[in-house]
Amino acid sequence: MWEQRALYVAISPFYILFAVFGLFPIGFSLYLAFHKWDGIGVMTYNGLNNFKYMLTDAEFWQAVGNTFMIWIYATIPMLFFALIIAFLLHAPFVKFRTLFRVGYFLPNVTSIVAVAIIFGALFANNYGFLNYLLQSVGLPVVEWLNAPWGIKVAISSMVVWRWTGYNAVIYLAGLQSIPQTLYEAAKIDGASGIQSFFRITIPMLRPVILFTVITSTIGGMQLFTEPQILVGNDGGAGAAGMTIVLYLYRESFINNYFGYGAAVGWGMFLIIALFSIVNWKLVQGKSS
Amino acid sequence: MTSKSLKSLVLYIGLIGGMLISMFPFYWLIVMSTRTTSDIYKFPPQLWFGSELWNNVSRVLQQIDFWGAFMNTLFVSGLVTVLVLFFDSLAGFAFAKFEFPGKKWLFVLLLATMMVPSQLSLVPSFVLMATFGWVGSFKALIIPGMVNAFGIFWIRQYATESIPNDLLDAGRIDGCNFFRLYWNVALPILRPAFAFLGAFTFIGVWNDYLWPLIVLTDARKYTLQIALSQLNGLYNTDYAMVIAGTLLAVIPLIVMFLFISRQFISDIAAGAVKD
Repeated sequence: MWEQRALYVAISPFYILFAVFGLFPIGFSLYLAFHKWDGIGVMTYNGLNNFKYMLTDAEFWQAVGNTFMIWIYATIPMLFFALIIAFLLHAPFVKFRTLFRVGYFLPNVTSIVAVAIIFGALFANNYGFLNYLLQSVGLPVVEWLNAPWGIKVAISSMVVWRWTGYNAVIYLAGLQSIPQTLYEAAKIDGASGIQSFFRITIPMLRPVILFTVITSTIGGMQLFTEPQILVGNDGGAGAAGMTIVLYLYRESFINNYFGYGAAVGWGMFLIIALFSIVNWKLVQGKSS
Repeated sequence: MTSKSLKSLVLYIGLIGGMLISMFPFYWLIVMSTRTTSDIYKFPPQLWFGSELWNNVSRVLQQIDFWGAFMNTLFVSGLVTVLVLFFDSLAGFAFAKFEFPGKKWLFVLLLATMMVPSQLSLVPSFVLMATFGWVGSFKALIIPGMVNAFGIFWIRQYATESIPNDLLDAGRIDGCNFFRLYWNVALPILRPAFAFLGAFTFIGVWNDYLWPLIVLTDARKYTLQIALSQLNGLYNTDYAMVIAGTLLAVIPLIVMFLFISRQFISDIAAGAVKD
């Protein structure tokens, strides 16, 4: 008896905190999404108007489009490089494996604020390091932070820099967990290196690849700090760096449209959920 | 040259080249923090160290209350880490080694909470903080974050495998109640798991930006990330100073990470592959 009571006491902090700081805000945000409120005055019932407005709000859809573009620019090179690094590190004769893992992982520990400040200097329009590189090989200078695609490239490259090592470590662990006997058996059966790569390595890695795709989808849809530091609350030139969360932040806390901000939150939630399911199906579907 | 040594040459060139790209922003950060702002705006860029580090640092210390922000961040990150370790291990141990009615669906509920994006409830959470009178207070940063589902899940996995049931039975025969078992038997065994969860939590809180940006209204309570972003916004002509401040804020985390990197990286990898 005493023991069971103690067990409930032991697990209760999480549920109490979740009820207060998780469940209640979620319920309240649903309520808020149907109201008009500036945070100080009276809350007035607004029906579906916040959602209706969102569906026709060009800025919202631009933010959705931007977020997707940045996600694509970031995720494809990130997972590609991560896979290559993992394969190189997995080669049996590599020495200093720990040193390499730490070196590749280090960017992930750095704060995004710091990363955004450094990348601001790398991509600066006039004196940036990248423009110096371009010029020194005889290419024209690019005004990265004035061009809509340039802003997206700058934001994506921060994500790539910060997360490639992280994903490489995960792929490496996946590679190391594939039983060596599978490769030996394939060799005896006369399989070539390429055959065993596509027949053994890729199928065995699929769950790990799925994990990295899902986590980078969720992370990518929630991008905020990188654009906010790099180009500010309005998303920079042509709002090209306006992501969904940045838009939610601006509408809620800069413009004080709390009700509309809550509706945008639900829109984002739906998009993440749908997109995660689609990704899940795509990556899983290939295995059958 | 044999084909094998050629292969390994290519491999090392690839690995080292990749690592140079990975490390270059750090290097450039250090170089720029030792230069004047007009050096930074020079074309071609300066790639070697200058002698202005101390000047830049002293301007950071004049412009913002750097040590104040540093101590704020250390206090919040440290306290949240200790609380998370305590509450998560207590709950993780209970879930791993004991039976009680409702355990299964309580655990499923716990996992389900990890799926909800925190930005969804950004506005109501802020309203809640305002209602409690916690806006502008560290309570808003510490209390909602002091126990989390991920840590409970992670400790549970670790405890299930690493704490022998015989040891718990022996403790019970000696008359230990749940909390004595937790304190005397589980805690010492769980210590290696604390290194990862502690570092993971500490780094996360140290680097948190969006939530502190919303709830911290008083400059004396700013954490490093917020103070740094203010520096970036207000004085963006004095770029050398901003960069020097950035360097100062990054160094403690990097030092900590280098100390625990081996354990940290292998635990992250293990967590991802297990599922």
